[in-house]
Amino acid sequence: MTSQQATQEVLRPPQPPGLIKWIRDNLFNSWFNSLLTVIFLPIVFFAVVNIIIWAFTVADWRAVTQFPMLYAVGQYPRDEVWRVGIGLSAIVFLLGASWGNWGGLLQSISIAFGIAFAVFAILPVQHDQLDLNMRLYLGGNVILLLLGYLIGRMKAVKGGHIVIGWGIVPFLAVFLLTGRRGSELLPDVATTLWGGLLVTFLLSAGGILLSFPIGVALALGRRSTLPVVKAFSTIFIETIRGVPLITILFMFSIILALFLPAESRIDRLVRALMAVTFFSAAYSAENVRGGLQAVPLGQIEAAKAVGMNGLQTMVFIVLPQAIRAVLPAIVGQFIALFKDTTLVVIVGINDLLGIGRSIINSDPEFVQLQLEVYLFIAIVYWIFSYLMSLASRRLEAALGVSTKL
Amino acid sequence: MTSETTNEPIIICQDVHKWFDDFHALCGISMVVQPQEVIVIFGPSGSGKSTFIRTLNRLEEHQRGQIIVDGIELSHDVRNIERVRMETGMVFQQFNLFPHLSVLQNITLAPIWVRKWSRDKAEEVAMQLLERVGIPEQALKFPGQLSGGQQQRVAIARALAMQPKIMLFDEPTSALDPEMIKEVLDVMVELAQSGMTMLVVTHEMGFARAVADRMYFFDEGLIVESGTPDDIFHNPQEDRTKLFLSQILQH
Ligand SMILES: Nc1ncnc2c1ncn2[C@@H]1O[C@H](COP(=O)(O)OP(=O)(O)OP(=O)(O)O)[C@@H](O)[C@H]1O
Ligand SMILES: [Mg+2]
Repeated sequence: MTSQQATQEVLRPPQPPGLIKWIRDNLFNSWFNSLLTVIFLPIVFFAVVNIIIWAFTVADWRAVTQFPMLYAVGQYPRDEVWRVGIGLSAIVFLLGASWGNWGGLLQSISIAFGIAFAVFAILPVQHDQLDLNMRLYLGGNVILLLLGYLIGRMKAVKGGHIVIGWGIVPFLAVFLLTGRRGSELLPDVATTLWGGLLVTFLLSAGGILLSFPIGVALALGRRSTLPVVKAFSTIFIETIRGVPLITILFMFSIILALFLPAESRIDRLVRALMAVTFFSAAYSAENVRGGLQAVPLGQIEAAKAVGMNGLQTMVFIVLPQAIRAVLPAIVGQFIALFKDTTLVVIVGINDLLGIGRSIINSDPEFVQLQLEVYLFIAIVYWIFSYLMSLASRRLEAALGVSTKL
Repeated sequence: MTSETTNEPIIICQDVHKWFDDFHALCGISMVVQPQEVIVIFGPSGSGKSTFIRTLNRLEEHQRGQIIVDGIELSHDVRNIERVRMETGMVFQQFNLFPHLSVLQNITLAPIWVRKWSRDKAEEVAMQLLERVGIPEQALKFPGQLSGGQQQRVAIARALAMQPKIMLFDEPTSALDPEMIKEVLDVMVELAQSGMTMLVVTHEMGFARAVADRMYFFDEGLIVESGTPDDIFHNPQEDRTKLFLSQILQH
């Protein structure tokens, strides 16, 4: 209660300046910048106008609009797609509840998602892949988001409940998506059929959630006084950082399969997830290590002096300050990981980019439409990367990364 | 084991030595402190005052001699170290507040996780302590938003929240602007009068005169002279003490 009030005081964003002031401050604040503005503004203007004209008259978006489900979930059986839908809706609902409970940054994210759902629900495409049910589902998610918001605002709902919800969702989603062999309601769906945004999100979210704690552990391991732990962490980090991600993906998808007996084969998607996770963990570890070095010794002494043990000192004092100090680098690493997941195409996994390529290759007619497909995919990646970067900047401001410490 | 009776010393140091690599920082310190005593330690820079006071809660490890705090001998036994740290509070020259936590969280963190108090109880005690050090209205702010004097008073409250039997102060006012020194000293005087056992490294001779029971003059890792404030100020025996006092009392 009380601490929340305190953070709110710090959280208040600065007032955005007026438009005129912005133009003067950013475009005409010196004679040189004014000159640049006068030269480049028309160029940018014509480029944008031409792109818009191209996008709405010349461009042929069939290869994008005809296959919304392919881009979304790949070959996931259409009869079972409701399982993906429930997983997504659970996330949307929790997002709404988090927005209601904590507000701030989550509000912007929620609104972005809400608008995205609303836009897709009324998207002017006729193809029967986006039928009425689908549109109702998308619209329903907007309502679910708002419902979550109202529930999150209720007094009885505490932050702890929502955190527990977020803890359950990944397991629920994996359980729903994989199903069970022989089950009537939830027959198993082989991961070879999963694809599109679904796979991109699973790999990115899974990679981020798993790699971060592993990275923290490695960073601590590298500073450990136990020689074995220190050596293992150092070798792990330096080996992975010395090798391109593609190599690691190949290693996990081919070599791991060779070494393990056929019965205990690890699923292909899981192997890719492991590769992405370990790769990102090595880089996160180095980021966190930099943060650990930034924590003054006096902090550790103060924690010891009040009787905290090593673990408590690490969890409550050192790590929060270390992570806060290097938050921009860590989020940068997450964004890199999100984009790096496109490499899984190489080991035969159809993520968003992979689906795009297979659509292009499926029909000679579509080969002419490559530009549109790649542009669409680039925009999708850009939107999510930008959202992450925006979120990071808001988070930095809220935590006072640059001002405090 | 623990001493509740007043006649038993609460701190016993016997021939304590400390080396930093080859440098002999403490060359045999012996000191006995009774409960409720207020000890002032002073001496030139580099004389080992901080090193000594930090051996008492094992922020520095001594390599020879014996230190017994509240009946617990400091050794490599981690459990003993943790018990001693629960009985001693420390206030640092640079405050060392946790910058990512609010004032209230700074104070309640250890009681909740080390003493295992409920959050409600910890917050109640924290608010009483903030009242005592005179800044209850700052509870929800962050350390970076407070003045130096306010930060040091929060640091005192944070140490007191663990309900220690002994308070250690290492030059608590040296990093403060002159106008803030008094507000911190006032809190310390009140604490001394309330019967807290205190060891204070300081050059605030007014404070020493007002509340110290005994004073120790350190130089080059040794206790050169000790005595009541009266002895030290009016009848110092050693030339080094006289010289040092004449230097700091000029200001
Ligand atoms: N961690 C360390 N490593 C090496 N030498 C140290 C260390 N800490 C202290 N010393 C040395 O030990 C000696 C005593 O230091 P200490 O900090 O105890 O002095 P002090 O009396 O507190 O001085 P000041 O008034 O400047 O705080 C000094 O010569 C110092 O350089
Ligand atoms: Mg010192």
